[in-house]
Amino acid sequence: MATLSMGKPQMMRRPLLGWTIHDGLVVARRNLIQTVRIPEMLFFSLVQPVIFVLLFAYVFGGAIPIPGDAGADAYRNYLMPGIFGQTVAFAAAASTVGLAEDMHKGIIDRFRALPMSPPAVLVGRTLADAVRQILVLAVLSITGFIVGWRISNGLLPAIGAYALLLLFAYTVAWIGSWIGLHMPNPETANTAGLAWLFPLTFLSNAFVPISSMPTWLQAFAAYNPVSTVVLASRELFGNPTGIQPDYWPLQHASLYTLISCAVLIAIFATLAVRKYTRTTSR
Amino acid sequence: MTRDLAVHAEGLVRTFGDVRALDGIDLTVERGQVVGLLGPNGAGKTTTVRILSTLLAPTAGRATVAGFDVVKQADEVRRSIGLTGQYAAIDEYLTGRENLRMFGGLYHLSPKYVKERSEELLDWFDLSDAADRPAKTYSGGMRRRLDLAASLVAQPSILFLDEPTTGLDPRSRLGLWDVINNLVAQGTTVLLTTQYLEEADQLAQDIVVIDQGRVIAHGTSEELKDQIGGDRIEIHVTDSSRIDDAVRAVRSVSTGEPLVEDSRVSAPVTGGSTVLVAAIRALDADGIEVSDLVLRRPTLDDVFMSLTGHAAEEATTATPPKKGRRGRGSK
Repeated sequence: MATLSMGKPQMMRRPLLGWTIHDGLVVARRNLIQTVRIPEMLFFSLVQPVIFVLLFAYVFGGAIPIPGDAGADAYRNYLMPGIFGQTVAFAAAASTVGLAEDMHKGIIDRFRALPMSPPAVLVGRTLADAVRQILVLAVLSITGFIVGWRISNGLLPAIGAYALLLLFAYTVAWIGSWIGLHMPNPETANTAGLAWLFPLTFLSNAFVPISSMPTWLQAFAAYNPVSTVVLASRELFGNPTGIQPDYWPLQHASLYTLISCAVLIAIFATLAVRKYTRTTSR
Repeated sequence: MTRDLAVHAEGLVRTFGDVRALDGIDLTVERGQVVGLLGPNGAGKTTTVRILSTLLAPTAGRATVAGFDVVKQADEVRRSIGLTGQYAAIDEYLTGRENLRMFGGLYHLSPKYVKERSEELLDWFDLSDAADRPAKTYSGGMRRRLDLAASLVAQPSILFLDEPTTGLDPRSRLGLWDVINNLVAQGTTVLLTTQYLEEADQLAQDIVVIDQGRVIAHGTSEELKDQIGGDRIEIHVTDSSRIDDAVRAVRSVSTGEPLVEDSRVSAPVTGGSTVLVAAIRALDADGIEVSDLVLRRPTLDDVFMSLTGHAAEEATTATPPKKGRRGRGSK
């Protein structure tokens, strides 16, 4: 057997934040390669929202009136940003399952025994899960166009809407990551990762106007960031918004979305990184 | 003082709830040494390695690795070590090459160096042909080799191997032993855990036997074997009528009274193979023909048995091995 070269290789020096970004990108790249190598997973993660579009557009569409707008097209235009919001929220489940699997397989142990930046595994995870949503949003938008959804407020606001949706995806990915670090195994993660997302996305204006809900529910739905990211998208895409009850977040949907994303990232990134540095794989 | 030691642990204690996994482990590994941590499942081997590799904080006690405190200077420790756990901690969907490059990048090595080093490791571990296949398609032995290669990307001076050959077939195990012996020959310090007595015997100069979170014996494999008594010489004579002459010849080299059983004579001896030569000479001088002549060393199994009062295997079944850990990795 040949001799393996020995001797200390020079490790590069860089400020900590620089390493966090560098290591985060290395891990994100790894997670995105996984996406490409398991096309089935990506395919099925696309199938569900597409089915939702078709179900709501053709089955429920006629039964849900949008105050201030009339006709089936009105609901489809109302629906699409709701589907976008719900779909990107479900990015969180991928983060939960992904981290639970990494812990289960022991690769987290290797990461933790490396002199890498501790938040990088989570930065990479959330980044990759958000980036994946670009493709999801593209496929959904095309489906939307086919069923009659239109962008009618110009290109720049539309880009703003997509950016807001991706920021929201990144935010929920942090929440999902924090949950994932508490999971005893990938099977539990599969269930737990989804459990909180159904009430969160349905108790919002994603599919029905908030004004149609009982008053006590309206308050929750109004402060739910899912509602504001969806409402902001409707405004930016130039889609019907319905009539908003008098809540501050609904009057300032984009601003409230930005603020809540920043606050949620700050909270859950801190919690998740702390959990990560203390966790041990099972 | 501790700077010259690769590993120095004093009174390591780790509790998990009510369970005292480590109950005061002292451990010293000199640079360039190979130390085997031997014990049954649940003895505390993995917990010890996890503390030394900064994955777990000790409840009490302290440890330095490469002269750095494992708690206060975790990053410095991480730069000096390579870790290979019980389960191949590689990314299944990445190719072998991608895995090595990813870990190299995370060690903060220059991209140029990582590129060259990855090729060198792939070649050395005989993985070049499979370098562009996802690790998912690798056999168990290949995964372990890739896992070990990944821990060598940054040329660590200290290597922790936690049950490196568990679950491997005998051929892959021999291959991995070869690799480990090679690394040691090149000056790497190795702390390995194993529940295979044979493995500790094969790889480690120094063996630390632990049971129930405590060090119960420590020494070279030879010293441990001597603790339970020395070697025995055993001869089988071809012609049983000459058994008395054979006993006389054996007595001239043995340290105790020979035992006779049919055509076999056995006796305790000290001095290893020189005794064997002396015995052959004595037998030959009398013209005694033997069909078999062996110097039997007590095995580490004997050692373990006498130290703990139970066989290593027995303890294994008492603490059932963790299940389902490997998941799809075992396919």
